Amino acid sequence: MIRPHRTHPLWFAFLLHRLSGLGLALFLPIHFYMLSLAISAPARLDGFLRFTDLTIVKLAEYGLVFLLAAHLFGGLRLMALEFLPWSPHQKTMAALAVAFAFLVSTLFFLKAI
Amino acid sequence: MANETQTMTQTMTVSIWRENGDDGRFEKYEVPARENQTVLDVVAYVQQHIDPTLSYRFACRVGMCGSCAMMVNGSPRWTCRTHVSKVVADDQLEVAPLRNLPVIKDLATDMDPFFEKWVAAEAVFHPSKTRHDPMAAITPDDPMRIAASEAIECINCAVCYAACDVVESNPDYFGPAALNRSWSLVNDIRDDGQDVRLAAVGSNGGCHNCHSQQGCVQYCPNELNPTLSIAGLKRETTKALFRRSR
Amino acid sequence: MLDLRLYMLQRLTALIMAPLVIGHIAVMIYAVQGGLTVDEILARTQGSVAWFLFYGSFVVAVSIHGAIGLRVISFEWFGLNGRALQLFSWAVFALLFGLGAKAVYAVTFAGVGL
Repeated sequence: MIRPHRTHPLWFAFLLHRLSGLGLALFLPIHFYMLSLAISAPARLDGFLRFTDLTIVKLAEYGLVFLLAAHLFGGLRLMALEFLPWSPHQKTMAALAVAFAFLVSTLFFLKAI
Repeated sequence: MANETQTMTQTMTVSIWRENGDDGRFEKYEVPARENQTVLDVVAYVQQHIDPTLSYRFACRVGMCGSCAMMVNGSPRWTCRTHVSKVVADDQLEVAPLRNLPVIKDLATDMDPFFEKWVAAEAVFHPSKTRHDPMAAITPDDPMRIAASEAIECINCAVCYAACDVVESNPDYFGPAALNRSWSLVNDIRDDGQDVRLAAVGSNGGCHNCHSQQGCVQYCPNELNPTLSIAGLKRETTKALFRRSR
Repeated sequence: MLDLRLYMLQRLTALIMAPLVIGHIAVMIYAVQGGLTVDEILARTQGSVAWFLFYGSFVVAVSIHGAIGLRVISFEWFGLNGRALQLFSWAVFALLFGLGAKAVYAVTFAGVGL
């Protein structure tokens, strides 16, 4: 399904960075709108926040925090690649970015449930 | 059957892209499956024994010139350096022209866009001296010379260009090979065109489009690192920006 | 289609946001424990200049960063170009900044002095 020339780890790192950025960009308007309800319709926001107590929603939040952390650590990896002297450990850096993202988002999830 | 004196030759099916105008499609050929053969051997066999109208490029056939670069089972490779047994999957072998370049005929692509971008990226030497000036004194352990030497072995085979998804999605993007050569010249103290060069690589089709997918690193048969070179160009253009704004 | 200027804006906003994201995730991990309520959020942020500056700069940076990011995606993956691409990029910026500024105001100084 993935074209053969793309099946190497650093291409997947690129894809994760792009898809996480896209996901976050699509999520943000909703996030901002909900927060603005704090002043215009606080009761509605409270109702929504109670809805987010559901485990399924917490799982979705887990995913979102993972996207944010992955995009952050992936972005730091990219800026290190571009502005610091070249490291021969590119695949390791990509793997570490995902690992830290997973750690941080799992910490969030475990605190959330 | 009992009186067979000839040994049965194993065959395999190879799909080769045929195109002559607007009619591009894969065609299948039965070729002998020898224990030791390269993809170039297979393509040559088809042209020599089955279909003489098949067009393809090669020259040295020993992995030095880069002329035989094609897409083999979806990956850009030198076909003379690709052992069939290493790439054949489920008895399938698919040979197509290099990606991201216009096709002239069958497996031969038009390399003009590749070289036009080479020039556009200022990957060309701008002399600063005449024969009457003393030679530039450059020692082999000079860091800039080392950086230039690490990027210099490019033979313009376009494998990296075919591997790059940014080249595919951005027609203006100069591509890894041109930018890699540009970087080697950034590190050449004899070159007089650094301002022009940095302006070129900082332009619309320049180094800032690279997403560091590193497909170029993955596939370069000379083990060059265009992503490293492009990162260097990003740093140089950034430094130039801050120098200008002083 | 990214030239030096857009590239620098993207990297600069990324650098600015790195500590802001870390801070935001830290607040999330702290605040999510025991469930979220409007009162809990506002108790933290309402009337606070510090939070206004924190989330305000976050919104400015993410509006630019997100707009440039979506610009690249819409060009490379969806073939948007020329005037349509320009319009799209500015529209994304306006949407993110408009909604984001409203959100920051809502949780900091909107209800103050009422």
